[in-house]
Amino acid sequence: MEQIKRFVADFGLPRIIIAVYLLGLFLMAPMVGVSLPGALSDTSIRIGMNGIMVLALVPMIQSGCGLNFGLSLGVIAGLLGATCSIQTGYVGARGFLCAILVSQVFGAIFGYGYGTLLNRVKGGEMMISTYVGFSSVMVMSIAWLVLPFTSPVMIWGYGGEGLRTTISVENFWRHILDDFLAVQISDFKFPTGAILFFLFVSLAIWAFFHLKIGTAMTAVGSNPSYARASGVDVNRMRVISVVLSTMLGAMGIVVYQQSFGFIQLYDGPLYMAFPAVAAILIGGAGVNKASLTNVFIGVALYQGILTMTPLIFNAVLKLDMSDVIRIIVSNGMILYALTRKTKVLK
Amino acid sequence: MKSSMKSRLRLFLIENAVVILFIVLIAIAIPASRLPGSFLLQEILTRLGRSSFLVIALLLPIMAGMGLNFGMVLGAMAGQIGLIFVMDWGIVGIPGLLLAMLLSLPISILLGWLCGSIMNMAKGREMVTGFILGFFMNGVYMLFALYAMGSIIPVTNPELLLSRGYGIRNVVDLESVRQALERFIPLKVWGVNIPVLNYLFIAAVSAFIVWFRKTKLGQDMRAVGQDRAVAGATGIAVERTRIIAIIISTVLAGFGQIIFLQNLGTINTTNSHEQTGMFSIASLLIGGASVTKASIPNALVGVILFHLLFLVAPMAGKNLIGSGMLGEYFRQFVSYGVIALSLVLYEWKRAAQEDDARALLRGGAGSDDGKGGTL
Amino acid sequence: MILSLRGIGKQFYGNRVLSDVSFDVAPGQIVGLVGENGAGKTTLMKILFSMPEIHETGGYEGGIFWNGKEVRFKSPFDALDAGIGMVHQEFSLIPGFTAAENILLNREPLYKSALTDIFSPRISRLDRKTMTELAKAAIDKLGVALDPAMLVKEMPVGHKQFTEIARELCRANVKLIVLDEPTAVLTESEAEVLLSSLRLLAAEGIALIFISHRLREVVELCDRIVVLRDGKKIEEVPAKGCSAKTIASLMVGRSVETQRAESAGIHEGEKDDDKEEPVLSVERLWVDMPGETVRDVTFSVKKGEIFGIGGLAGQGKLGIPNGIMGLSPAGGVVKLHGKPLRMGSPNAALERGVAFVSEDRRGVGLLLDEGIDWNITFSAMQIRDKFLKPLLGGLFQWRSDREMCSVANEYISLLDIKCTGPRQRVGNLSGGNQQKVCLAKAFALQPDILFVSEPTRGIDIGAKAIVLETLKRYNSEYGTTIIMVSSELEELRSICQRIAVIYEGRIEGILPHTALLEEFGVLMAGAKDAPKTPNEERPAESDRRSEH
Repeated sequence: MEQIKRFVADFGLPRIIIAVYLLGLFLMAPMVGVSLPGALSDTSIRIGMNGIMVLALVPMIQSGCGLNFGLSLGVIAGLLGATCSIQTGYVGARGFLCAILVSQVFGAIFGYGYGTLLNRVKGGEMMISTYVGFSSVMVMSIAWLVLPFTSPVMIWGYGGEGLRTTISVENFWRHILDDFLAVQISDFKFPTGAILFFLFVSLAIWAFFHLKIGTAMTAVGSNPSYARASGVDVNRMRVISVVLSTMLGAMGIVVYQQSFGFIQLYDGPLYMAFPAVAAILIGGAGVNKASLTNVFIGVALYQGILTMTPLIFNAVLKLDMSDVIRIIVSNGMILYALTRKTKVLK
Repeated sequence: MKSSMKSRLRLFLIENAVVILFIVLIAIAIPASRLPGSFLLQEILTRLGRSSFLVIALLLPIMAGMGLNFGMVLGAMAGQIGLIFVMDWGIVGIPGLLLAMLLSLPISILLGWLCGSIMNMAKGREMVTGFILGFFMNGVYMLFALYAMGSIIPVTNPELLLSRGYGIRNVVDLESVRQALERFIPLKVWGVNIPVLNYLFIAAVSAFIVWFRKTKLGQDMRAVGQDRAVAGATGIAVERTRIIAIIISTVLAGFGQIIFLQNLGTINTTNSHEQTGMFSIASLLIGGASVTKASIPNALVGVILFHLLFLVAPMAGKNLIGSGMLGEYFRQFVSYGVIALSLVLYEWKRAAQEDDARALLRGGAGSDDGKGGTL
Repeated sequence: MILSLRGIGKQFYGNRVLSDVSFDVAPGQIVGLVGENGAGKTTLMKILFSMPEIHETGGYEGGIFWNGKEVRFKSPFDALDAGIGMVHQEFSLIPGFTAAENILLNREPLYKSALTDIFSPRISRLDRKTMTELAKAAIDKLGVALDPAMLVKEMPVGHKQFTEIARELCRANVKLIVLDEPTAVLTESEAEVLLSSLRLLAAEGIALIFISHRLREVVELCDRIVVLRDGKKIEEVPAKGCSAKTIASLMVGRSVETQRAESAGIHEGEKDDDKEEPVLSVERLWVDMPGETVRDVTFSVKKGEIFGIGGLAGQGKLGIPNGIMGLSPAGGVVKLHGKPLRMGSPNAALERGVAFVSEDRRGVGLLLDEGIDWNITFSAMQIRDKFLKPLLGGLFQWRSDREMCSVANEYISLLDIKCTGPRQRVGNLSGGNQQKVCLAKAFALQPDILFVSEPTRGIDIGAKAIVLETLKRYNSEYGTTIIMVSSELEELRSICQRIAVIYEGRIEGILPHTALLEEFGVLMAGAKDAPKTPNEERPAESDRRSEH
C-alpha cells in the first residue's frame, strides 16, 4: 500500500489517469475494429511532428522563466523561415535546410528581444509572454499582408491582398523528414527521419545542459540568488534560454509543416504554445524543472491521446468528442501545474 | 527638489500612458476613417449600453488584489446557459431576460466559488490561473452544451438542437428577446437612439459598486487586496473574502453577457464567451485602469475608447493603406497589446517601488559620494 | 499582577530554545525584555500569544497566569480578546488606508441596516464618523499629533509606529501591550516622543513589555529589566541605578573560564603591523541591505588575519560582506591588494579571489534541489573553469560529473558531512551538514579572502565545533584571510584576532579578542556615542530588524 502511495506521489495522479486512459484506448482498439498498426503509425508521425515544439519549452523552464506561453514568437520565426525558403524556390532538402536556417536567424533575433523584455518583468513572465505572443501574431498578420513576397504559390491569385492563409509545401519539402528511411509495412508507417531528427535535437539539448553554460542555466532556474552569488550573470542566462527556446520553436514549426504539408499564416500560431505546454506538463515537468524524459513521456502520452480518442470514440459512440477531451485534458493539466506547489516529478 | 518633480512627472506619465496613447491614436484614426459623426455617436451609445456592464464586473477582483479576472468567461458561460434555457422555454422580452439572469445566478455562484477556490491555491498567479481556467471550463461548457443538452438535459425546441438530435446548434437566434432592453423605453434625441434601460442597469450596478465599497466587506476586500498578511493578522477571513470577490464578479459577468448578447441578437454557442474576457479586460485597461487599480470612470472611458478604435480602425486602415483586413488586425493587435503593455507596466512599477523602498531604508547616509556602485 | 509567567520552556524538534523563564508584570509597570539575537525573546512572546507555530511544534512548558488565573490561549485572537496587545517589529499596517482605517481594521463600527439581519454584518456600511472619533481618542491617549485621515504610505515612520500602538490602545479592554523593537526604525527625536507616550500609558495603568536592542532606552524607560541569554532568564534587575553597560555585559556574558580556554588557540599577530600592505581595505562603504543597512564603514585587514565583525542584530554587520560581494547595492571604495574592486558584481569579487559563505544558507548559499556535488563545485566551475573538459579544441566545455563527484567525496570525508552520497539532494541534509557544504563550496574556490557570515547559526554544537575548527585550520594551512561575521561574540573571540563592532551601520570600535566583555558590551549597545553634540546631523535610522 505504501509503495502504491509513493508511486502515485512520485508519478503524479493526473499523469497516471492519463496513462491508464491511453492504455485503455489502445486495448479497446482491436475490439472495436480500429486498426492498431494504423493508430500507432499516426501516433509516431505526430510525435515526430510535435516533439521539437515540446522540447523548445525545456530551456526556459530550466532557467526559471516558467512555461513559455510566448512560443508563438518562435512559431512566427519558423513561418518567416518557411515563407522565405519558398520564395527562393529551393525544393527538397535544400529548401528545407534554407527554411530551418532562416528561421533560426529570426528565432535568435526575436528571442533576444523577447528575453530582454522578460528580464524586466520577472515574476510576471507567464501572463506577459502569453500576451506578447498574441500581439506579435497580430503584428505578423499585418506583415503577411504587406510583405513583398512574389512566389505565386504563396500570394492570392487575384482580388486578394497579401499571402494566402494556408500555403501548401507539397511541391517543396513535404514529408522530407517523415519519408527519410521510413519503414512501411502495410498500413503501418514509421517516420524514421522525423523521429531521428527529433532525437538528434534532443541529444543536442542534452549535451547543452552538460556544458558549463547549461549547468549555469540550470542553477539559475534552481536558485537565482545562488547562481548570482556564484558569479553567474542571471539575466544573460535567462536571455540565452529564451533565445534557445525561440529558436527551437522556430525549428519545431518547420518540422511540423513538412509533416503537415501546409504553412498556416495569420491566426495560425495564436494557440500553438498551449498543446506543447500541456504535453510537457503531462510528461511530469514542473513550472521550474523539466527534463528530456518529461518531454518524451509527455509528447507520447499527449499525442497518443489526440490520435486515439477520436478513433475509439467514433468507433464506439459514433460521436467525435476529441476536441472537447483535448481542451479539458490539456488545460486541466496546465491548471494542475499552476495550482500545485512546484515539486519535480521523476 | 528637482528630482522629485521629475519623478512625479514620470509617475504621472506611466500611470496615464495608456489613455494618452489611445486618445492620440483615435484622434488620428477618426478623420482617416471618414465615418460620419452621427454614425459614430449612435454606435458608441449602443456599445456603451451593451458592454459597460461586463467591464464593471471586473472591478471587485482588482480591489481584492487578484488582478484582472480572466476567469470572468465562466460567468459569461453561465449567462449563455441561462439564455439558452429561456429560448427553449419560449419566454420573450424583458421577462425572458430577467429569467435568464435568474437562471444564470446559481451557475455563476457555483463557478465563481470554484474559480475563487482555485485562485486561492495559486496565490500570486491568479491571472494566468484564471486565464487557463477559462479555457478549461470552456471544454466543460462544450461538453454540456454540445453533448448533455438535448440528451441528458431535456430541450423541447428542436430548432435549438443540432440535426443529430442533441447538442445546441452553433448559432442560437435570440429573436424573442433581441434588444428587448433597448426597445423597452424608446428615446430618440436628434435622431440618435438612446438605450435608456441599459443605462439604468449600468447605473444600478455602478451604484452597487459604490455602495459595496462603503461596506465592511468592501473595506475588508480593499485590505486583503493591499496586504493579505496584515489583513489576515487582524482576523479578516482572507480566502473567503477573495472567493466572494470572484463570485460577485462572475455573477455580474453572467448578467453582463446576457445584456451583451440580447443586443447582438445571436449566441455563437461555442465561442461567444471566449472573447468576452479579452475585450472587457482590454477596454478597462484602455480606460486607464491597471492591474491594481480600477474605477467606474476607467470602465466607461475604456469602453468608449476601445469601441471607437474598434469602429474606425478597419476604415482608417482601408483609407490610409488600402486594406480593410489591415485595420482589423491592427485592432486585434491593440486589444492584445494593451493587455501586454499593462502587465509590463505593472511589473515595472512594482520593481521601481521595491528599489525606492530599499534606498529609503538607508536614509541619507553614504550617498554623498555619488553612486559608488549600483546594480 | 496582571501577567505572571511561570517556568516557561520550549523545544523545537529537540532543540531547546527556552527553559524555565518566569517573571511578573504589574498594572502600570514597564518591563524591559532584552537579550541577544536568538536569546528567546521572540519565542517567549510567540508563546504568550499562542501563535500557531507553537502548537504545531508541540506546545510549551510552564504556565501563563492572566489576572491570577492560568490561561491557555487557543489562538492569537484569544490573547487579543483577553486584553493583550502586540506591536510588531515590522509594521503591520495597510499602506493605502488612513490612520483611522488602520487603527480600527476589522473592528470598524457599522451602521445597522435591515440587510444585516438577513445576510451578515459584513454588508453593513462603515460608520466613518465614529471611526474617526474612536481613532482620535486612541491617538489622544498617546499624546501625539497624528491626523486620523492621513494615509499610512504618506506617513513618516514615527507616525506609523504611533498608528500601530493606537490600534492596540483602541481595543476596549487592553491591559497589557507588548512592544517588539518599537524604536528600531525611529529617529532619535521620534523615539523620544514615543518613550514619553509610553510613560503616559503606563501612568494610566496599562502594563507594557518593552523589547529593544537600544539599551539606553530600556534603562531610561523601564521599571524592571529581564535579561535573557540562551533561552534562560539570567537576571531581573530594577532599572534604577542600572547602566546600559551592565545590561550589555549581562546579555553577552559567558563564563570567564571558557573564553580563556578557547582563545588560547589564537596565535597572536606576529607580523609587523606597520609595513605590510593590507590585503583588504574598505573605505566609506555603504550598503542597501534591507534590515542590515550599512551607512559608513571603513576598516582594513592584513594578510592571513582572521578578522571578526560583530554587533547586535539589525545594526548592519551582515550588510558588509553582502555589499562587498556585490549581492546588495553598495558604494564606497573596496581595495584588494591595493587595487580597487568593482562594486555590484559578484563575478568581479569572485574572480579576484574573494569567496563568501552567506548567512542565508537556504536562500543564497545552496541549490536545495540539486546534489551535494553540484553545490560544492558549481562556483569553482563557473569562476575557475574547474571540473570541465574542453571539447573540439575548447569550443565547448563539457562538465565532468566524475570529477565533481570525487571532489565532493573529498570534502564529505574532510568535513565529515553526513549523507548518503555525493548525489544526495542538499535540501534533505541537516542544517549543520548544509553549512559544511557551504564551506566546501567556498574552499573549492581556493580563495585568498574568505567572508564567512553567521557560520554557526542554527546548527548543532558538534557541527559548530567542526565549522570553527575547519576555518581556523584553513587559515593556518593556506594563509587565507578570513573575515567572519557573527552575532555570537564568544565565537568571534575564540578564533579572531581583532573584532569590529558595528552599531547603527557604522563601526563603533575595533577591539582585540583579549578585550574585556564589558568593553564589547559598551560598543554593542552604542553607549560610546551617547553624549552627542546637539547639532550633529544624524541620518534617519530606519533599518528594520529582521530577527525571527
